[in-house]
Amino acid sequence: MSKFIYADNAATTSLSPAAFEAMKPYFSEFYGNASSLYKLGGQSQKAVDNARSVIAECINADKPNTIFFVSGGSEADNWAIKGAAELGERKNKKHIISSKFEHHAVLHTLEYLEKHGFEVTLLDVHENGIVRPDELEKAIREDTALVTIMFANNEIGTVQPIKELAEVAHKHNILFHTDAVQAVGNVPVDVQELGIDMLSMSSHKFHGPKGMGALYVRKGIKLPNLIHGGAQERGLRAGTENTPGIVGMAAALKEAVEKIPEKNARLEKMRDRLIENLLQIDRSHINGDRLHRLPGNVNMCFEGIEGESLLLMLDLNGICASSGSACTSGSLDPSHVLLSIGLPHEIAHGSLRLTFGDENTEEDIDYIIKTIPPIVERLRSMSPLWEKIVKENS
Amino acid sequence: MAYSEKVMDHFANPRNVGEMPDADGIGEVGNSRCGDIMKMYIKVEDDVITDVSFKTFGCGAAIATSSMATELVKGKPISEALKLTNKAVMEALDGLPPVKVHCSVLAEQAIKAALSDYYTKKGIDPEPIVGKATDCDECHFHN
Repeated sequence: MSKFIYADNAATTSLSPAAFEAMKPYFSEFYGNASSLYKLGGQSQKAVDNARSVIAECINADKPNTIFFVSGGSEADNWAIKGAAELGERKNKKHIISSKFEHHAVLHTLEYLEKHGFEVTLLDVHENGIVRPDELEKAIREDTALVTIMFANNEIGTVQPIKELAEVAHKHNILFHTDAVQAVGNVPVDVQELGIDMLSMSSHKFHGPKGMGALYVRKGIKLPNLIHGGAQERGLRAGTENTPGIVGMAAALKEAVEKIPEKNARLEKMRDRLIENLLQIDRSHINGDRLHRLPGNVNMCFEGIEGESLLLMLDLNGICASSGSACTSGSLDPSHVLLSIGLPHEIAHGSLRLTFGDENTEEDIDYIIKTIPPIVERLRSMSPLWEKIVKENS
Repeated sequence: MAYSEKVMDHFANPRNVGEMPDADGIGEVGNSRCGDIMKMYIKVEDDVITDVSFKTFGCGAAIATSSMATELVKGKPISEALKLTNKAVMEALDGLPPVKVHCSVLAEQAIKAALSDYYTKKGIDPEPIVGKATDCDECHFHN
C-alpha cells in the first residue's frame, strides 16, 4: 500500500468511531422530532439534553443551557458578534476590538458591521503571533461594545493570553468573545476560569461530524435571536435539532477532552522534533511563537519556493498538508495571517502548515522529515527566485 | 479545485527545465510578490527556436504551463512561436481551473519576452515584431 499521512487536522479531522457509533441510532430507529410529545420524540429530546450537559462539562460551563447548538464555527462567530453588536447599539456603543489574524468568519462579519456604522479596531499580533493585553487596554473606548479575540490561530497555532485579555475587557464592562474553533478539544478550555463570555466551537475540528458547532453564552447575556421560528435552543435559534449531529459532537468532544493530557505530551514531542529537523533546511523559518502554540501545529516557510507546488509534491508523496500561499487562497495575496506577523509576500508564498492529531505517529514524522528536504531542493533548483536569493547572499 | 492529468504530468515531470548558459534570448515575467516568476531561455538558428528551457517559481499551474509552452515552441519557426496564445497552452493541458488562467498568460508572455530579448541582443527593435511587453498585474485578473 502506498503511504498516506493526514497532516491537516486544523482543516478537518476524521470522524471518531465512538462518535459514529453514538450517532447511528439517531439516523434510524430514534428518528423522532425532539419537540414531539410522544415517547419517540422524548428519546431525541433526552439525547439532545444529555449532549448539551456533556459539552457544558467539557468546557466547564456552569449550566447546560449556556450551550446553543448551531451549524458550525462560522455560524457561532456570526451570531456572537452580530448579537453583541446589536446589544451594544442599543446603548449607542458601536466600536468592536478584534485582532488582525482572526478567521474570516470573524473578519468578514466585522467588515459587514463596518458597513452598518460600526467602527472596528484590529489589534496587532506582532512577530510571534500573540495579542498583547496592554495594547487591548489602550484600544478600549467609551463606546466599545465587544472584544473578540481567537483562542488559537488556525494557521500558525499561536495560543492567545485569553484570561488576561478577558480581564482587561471586563475591567471596562465589555463583553469578551473568543473563536475557540482550533482550541476546544485540543487544549484545556475552562470558560469560568478564563472569564469567557461567549465561545465558538466547531465539531469537525475534534473528530465530530461536520455541520455541527456550538456557541457558549454565559448566563445573563441576552443574545438576540439568530433564526426566528420555533422554540428550539430557547427560542433563539429555531429549527428542528440535528439530533445525530448533536449526539456525535458530544461523544467526540468527551473523548477528545479525556485524551488531551496524553495526546498533547506526545504531539508536542513530535512537533518539536519536526520543527528542529525542518529548520535545518537552508533559509527556512518557523512561523509564530515556538512555545505558545497548539501541540499539533507546525507552520514553516521555505524561501524561494511557492506553497502550492510544495503541497502538490507532498500529495504525490502521500502527505496531506496546507499552505497560506496566494495560489491556495484564490487571491493575489498570501494569507492575511502570515502578513499580519510581518512576513514579506515572497516568503509568505512559500509557507507550509502541517497539523497533527492523535492518529499521527512518530513514524509519520520520520517520513515527513525524510520527504520534505529533497522536494524543497527540487523546487528550488527550478526557481528563478531561489537563484536570485543565492546570488544576493553569496 | 482539481488539475487535469496533463497538468499534473507536466508539473511532476516538467519538460525542458533548467538554465541555458548559451541562450540567445532570456525572458522573465511575473514577480515574487504575486507568487509567480517565469524565466524562459531560447536558442535560435535561422529564425527557428532550436532549443528552449525554463525556470519557474510558482504554483503547480505555473510550472505546468511553462513546461507546456516550451514544448509548443520547441523546433518551431519564430513566426509560429509568436502566434502562441495562452488559450493554446491551456487547451494542450486539457484546461485549467479559472483562478489559474493567468498562469497560461504568463507562459505566453514569457516566450514573447525571450523573443524580445533575442531581437534586442541582435540590435533589432522587438516591439514591431513581438509587440509591447505587458505588465504582470494585468494578467492577474482573478482576486
